[in-house]
Amino acid sequence: MTTRQNLVGTAQRRVDGRAKVTGAARYAAEFAATDLLHGVVVSSAIARGKITRIDSKAAAAVPGVVKIYTHENRPRTAWLDSSYSDEVAPPGHPFRALRSAEIMFSGQPVALVVAGDFETATYAASLIEVAYAAEAPQTDLDRQRSESYVPPKKRSGIEPPPKPRGDADRAFAGAPVRVQQEYRVAVEHHNPMEPHATTVVWEGGGAITVHDKIQGVTNTHAYIQGVFGLSADKVRVLSPFVGGGFGSGLRPQYQLFLSVLAALDLERSVRVVLTRDQMFTFGHRPLAIQTVSLGAEADGRLTAILHDSVQETSRFEDYQENQVNWSGMLYRCDNTKLGYELAKLDTYTPADMRAPGAVLGLYALEAAMDELAYATGIDPVELRLRNYIDDRDQNTNKRLTSKALRDCYIQGAERFGWSRRDARPRSMTEGRELVGWGMATGVWEAMMQKTSARATLTADGRLEVATATADIGTGTYTILTQIGADALGLRMEDVTARLGDTSLPHAPLEGGSWTAASAGTAVQIACETVREAVFKLARRLDGSPLANVDLDHVTFRDGRIEVTNDPSRSVSLADAVKSSKGGKVEAEETASPSMIQQMRYVAYTHSAVFVEVKVDEELGVVRVTRVVSAVAAGKILNLKTARSQILGGIVMGIGSALHEESVLDHDFGRFMNHNLAEYHVPANADIGAIDVIFVDEPDDKASPIGVKGLGEIGIVGTGAAVANAIYHATGKRVRDLPITIDKLLDA
Amino acid sequence: MNRFDYIRAESVADAVKAKASDSQARFIAGGTNILDLMKYDVERPTRLVDITRLPLAEIAERPDGGLRIGALVSNAKLAYDERVRQRFPLLSSAILAGASAQLRNAASTGGNLLQRTRCYYFYDTATPCNKREPGSGCPAIAGVNRIHAILGTSEHCIATHPSDMCVALAALGATVEVEGPGGARSIAFGDFHRLPGATPEVDTTLRADEIIVSVDVPAQDYGQHYTYLKLRDRLSYAFALVSVAVALKVDGGAVTEARIALGGVAHKPWRDEAAERLLVGRPAGLDAFKAVADHILAPAVGRSQNTFKIGLARKAIIRALSQAAAGTPQSQVDKRIQ
Repeated sequence: MTTRQNLVGTAQRRVDGRAKVTGAARYAAEFAATDLLHGVVVSSAIARGKITRIDSKAAAAVPGVVKIYTHENRPRTAWLDSSYSDEVAPPGHPFRALRSAEIMFSGQPVALVVAGDFETATYAASLIEVAYAAEAPQTDLDRQRSESYVPPKKRSGIEPPPKPRGDADRAFAGAPVRVQQEYRVAVEHHNPMEPHATTVVWEGGGAITVHDKIQGVTNTHAYIQGVFGLSADKVRVLSPFVGGGFGSGLRPQYQLFLSVLAALDLERSVRVVLTRDQMFTFGHRPLAIQTVSLGAEADGRLTAILHDSVQETSRFEDYQENQVNWSGMLYRCDNTKLGYELAKLDTYTPADMRAPGAVLGLYALEAAMDELAYATGIDPVELRLRNYIDDRDQNTNKRLTSKALRDCYIQGAERFGWSRRDARPRSMTEGRELVGWGMATGVWEAMMQKTSARATLTADGRLEVATATADIGTGTYTILTQIGADALGLRMEDVTARLGDTSLPHAPLEGGSWTAASAGTAVQIACETVREAVFKLARRLDGSPLANVDLDHVTFRDGRIEVTNDPSRSVSLADAVKSSKGGKVEAEETASPSMIQQMRYVAYTHSAVFVEVKVDEELGVVRVTRVVSAVAAGKILNLKTARSQILGGIVMGIGSALHEESVLDHDFGRFMNHNLAEYHVPANADIGAIDVIFVDEPDDKASPIGVKGLGEIGIVGTGAAVANAIYHATGKRVRDLPITIDKLLDA
Repeated sequence: MNRFDYIRAESVADAVKAKASDSQARFIAGGTNILDLMKYDVERPTRLVDITRLPLAEIAERPDGGLRIGALVSNAKLAYDERVRQRFPLLSSAILAGASAQLRNAASTGGNLLQRTRCYYFYDTATPCNKREPGSGCPAIAGVNRIHAILGTSEHCIATHPSDMCVALAALGATVEVEGPGGARSIAFGDFHRLPGATPEVDTTLRADEIIVSVDVPAQDYGQHYTYLKLRDRLSYAFALVSVAVALKVDGGAVTEARIALGGVAHKPWRDEAAERLLVGRPAGLDAFKAVADHILAPAVGRSQNTFKIGLARKAIIRALSQAAAGTPQSQVDKRIQ
C-alpha cells in the first residue's frame, strides 16, 4: 500500500484561518452560558507574609454581587497536595489558591468576587480591603545563589546533568585557549495575546463543561477530577482554539481552580478571566546565572566544556528544565562537567516557556563558542564544523536518528553570504552604522508522545479526523487535515479536523514540539485503518470493479478508489461507505513511540541561525536587519505553517536578545512592568528580513511519519546569534540579555 | 474600576460647569489614558464628562500666521494636516514618533497634554506613590527607576511626562488656551506642566474647573533645520528613554535662533532657554553643540538605574543638533538614526 502525498509537504493555508480572522473561532472567555456569573480575582499586594484581615463587607453590599470567596470561606477541596498536581508539575507542593492566609508571591489570588456581570465584580473587587503582616521578600537571585542546591527530586521528563566525562577541570586548566564567562537572560513572561480564562458551564446534576485556556484538555480534566473529586463523566473540557500559549497554558492556572470552585459551590455557570497584569502573577521563564568554561586547542578543537547554572525557583516547587545538558552533546568533547542547581525566591514557580532550558543554555554555550572563535581566530562556522559530531549523543551514548546540522551551517552560510564577512570586530560599516554578522547553533529534542486519534469517513465522502490535542496557533488543524486528505485521496475541503475536547481520543499536552509527530502519526494510522476498511467494503459491492484487486494495487484519488494500472475501474468512497452497517467507516488508533528505538536512538532538531545587525554605536541603537535560519527537522508537513513557526520563534528570539524583561522590585518582590506598554516584545519595526531554509533530512526513526517538530527550534540560538552579531559590529560583549541601550553604552 | 456617572457636554460652558460641580469629575475625549487609569484604579472619577461633541476639533489659522489647534483635534489628524506638515514639521514628526496609529487616531490634543506619567509605581496601587497618594512615598527613587527623570526631580517624585508631542510644543513656544468659570486665559507652554516639588500629585497649572480649548503655535520658519530624535527600548511603540526636539535658524553657518526641548528626562518637557541662547551667534558645530548639552545636563542627577540617561541625553542632544543644523531631520519611518 502506498499513500500518495499530494498535500503533505506542500504549502497549505491554515484551514482555521478564516474562522480566526472572522471571529468565528471562539476562545475560552467567549463561550456563552445561561445566567453566567463573572468572577474577578483580587491579587495580593505583598510577596511574602500573612493576610491578617480581609474586609469584604463593602464589596458584598454592592448590588449584583453573588458571593466572595477568600481563604476564610473557601469550600472544601482535596486535602492532599498530590491531588493538585498535573501532567507537567515539577516536584513540590502545587500552588493552591485561597488555601490559607499565607502569601507566597506577589499577585497571589486572595479573593474571588462573583457577580452577575463583569463590571459589578470588578468594582466590588476594588472595594475589598486586605491587611497583611508583610515579611521582607527575597527575590534577588544574586543574593540567594549562595543558598543553591541540587534538586533532590528530579522533574519527570527532565534529565539531570549527565555524570562528568573525562576530567574537565584538568583539561580546562591545561587548555591552550580558554574562555570562561558568566551569562544571563532576564526573566520573561509568556504574554500570549489571549489572557488566561475559564468559562465553566453548569450542566445540572453536578456536571460541568469547562472551556479552559489550556494547551491540553486532558490536563485540565484530570486536575478538576483530582481537586474537586468529580468523576470523569461529570466533566468535559474544551479548548478548540488557544490564543497563543508558549508554555503558559501547560499547567492548569488559578483562574481554572477559582471558576470551577465557584461554579460547583453556586451551581451556576461562572467565567473568570485574568487581567493582563495578572498574566505576570504566575509562570515565567526563570532567571538563571550560567557560567560556561571552554578549553580548546589552538586549532579550535574543544578539550573541555564546563557549564554550570544556578536558576531561581519558588519556595514551593522545584521547577527544572534542561539548560546545561546541551553542552554535553552538541560538540565533540571528551571532558565535560555540567552542573544545575536551584535557589529559592519568593516568586511563583517558573514555567516552561518556548524551548525551556534550551533558550538559556544555548544562549550561554553559543555566546561562549563565539568568544572562543575570536580567541582562536577561527571563523565561527568553521569552529563549529571542527567540533562537529553526528555519530552519537555523547551524554547518553545513543545514536542519533539523523543530524543534518552540517547542511544547516553550509546552506545557511551560503544564503546569508557569510563568506563575505570580515572577521574583525568593527570592520564592517554602512554609513554611520556599524554592521555585525553573527551566528549560532540551535538544538531541541524531537519527541513523540503516546497519542490517540479517530478517523471517520461518512457516506457523503467526507472525512473527520479527531484527537483531544490542542492547536495553539501552530497549525495542527491544518497538518492533520493534510495527512487525512492524503491518506484517503481527498481534497483539503473534504476533511475536517476536530481538536481540543476531552470527548475526543486521548492526547497529551500540546508542548515540547511533539504534537505534529505524535498526533500526525495517530491520524495517519487511524486513516490507514479506515482506508483498509473502506477498501474491503468497496470490494464487496455488487459487481465491484475492485473485486479481485488487493490494496497494494489501488490508488485513493479524488474521492475514489481506483485500480492503479486501470483508473477506469474505480469505486467512489461514498458508495463504499454507504454499504457499511452504520453508514460510516470509523477507526481509532493510538500511536506510541517505539521503546526499542528509544533504547538505541535519540532524536534532535537542529538549526544554524545567521543574523545581521546594524548599530548606531554612539546612541546604542541596534537594528536586526536580516536573519537566515536553516533548520533540520526531518520531514516538513506544511511549508507555510512550518515557516510561520520558525518566523515566530525567531521574532521571540530577537525579543529575548533585545527587548523582553520582567523587571523586579526586590523591596516589594514584585514584577513592576506588568503591562504590554512597559513589557516590551518586538514591534513590527524591530523585525527585518527573515529567511527560513528547511534542509533535507530524511529520518525514519524520530517518528513513523518522519516528522521531528518545529514549535521551538526557531527561537533556540537566535538570542546568541543576535548578541554575537552585536559583538562583531561593536567589539562589545554584553553577556546579560536583553541588550538594551544602557548596557551597550556601558559596555 | 469604580462606578461613575457619564454625561455628555454640549458646550464648553456646559463642560466647565459639569466638572466644576464635582471635584471627582474628569473629562473624557479619546480616553486613551483615562480609561487605563480607571481600570487600574489609579483614577476613580465619580463622573465622566464626555467632551467629544464640543466644537474644538478644528485646526484654524491665527492672524500671526500660526495655527490654533482645537483641543479635540486627534493626534493623527494633527500630524497629517498639510499645514502642520509644511509649516510645523517638528510637531508632525514628534507626534508620529509616539504611540501607534490606532492610539493616535483616538487621542486628542488636549488629552495628550494631560496624559499622566508611565511610572510603574504610579500605575500599581499595590505600591506607594506620592503622585497617586500624596505622602505615601516614592519607591522609584531607590527602586526600579531605569525609565525615570534625571532633571528637575524632587525627593518626592522622579516621574517623567511621557508625551512626545508636548516636547515639540515646548520647543515651538506654544500657548495653551483654557476656559473656566472665570473666563479664558492663556498659559505659556513652559508654564503648563509643573515640576514635582512637594506636590507631585499636581501635574499641571490647569485649574480643576478649567478646560483646554486649544493649543496655539506661533508662526515659525525653521525650514528643514529641525528634528525630533527619540531613543527608546524598541524601534517603535515605546515611551522615550530620551527624546530631543530641535529647531534652528542657521545663517552662513552660524546659529541665529535655537529651540531645544527634551522628553523622557523630567516631569515636564524640558526646555532650557539659557542653553538655547548659548548657541546663538556661534558656528553650528560640535563645539557649540557639546557646550549646549553640557549646560542642559549640568543639573542632571542619576539614580541607581537611570544614570545612563545623562550620557545618552548628551549624545542625543548633540546628534539632534547636528541633524537640525544639516537640515536632515530624523525620519520617523526609517528607523535608522541619521
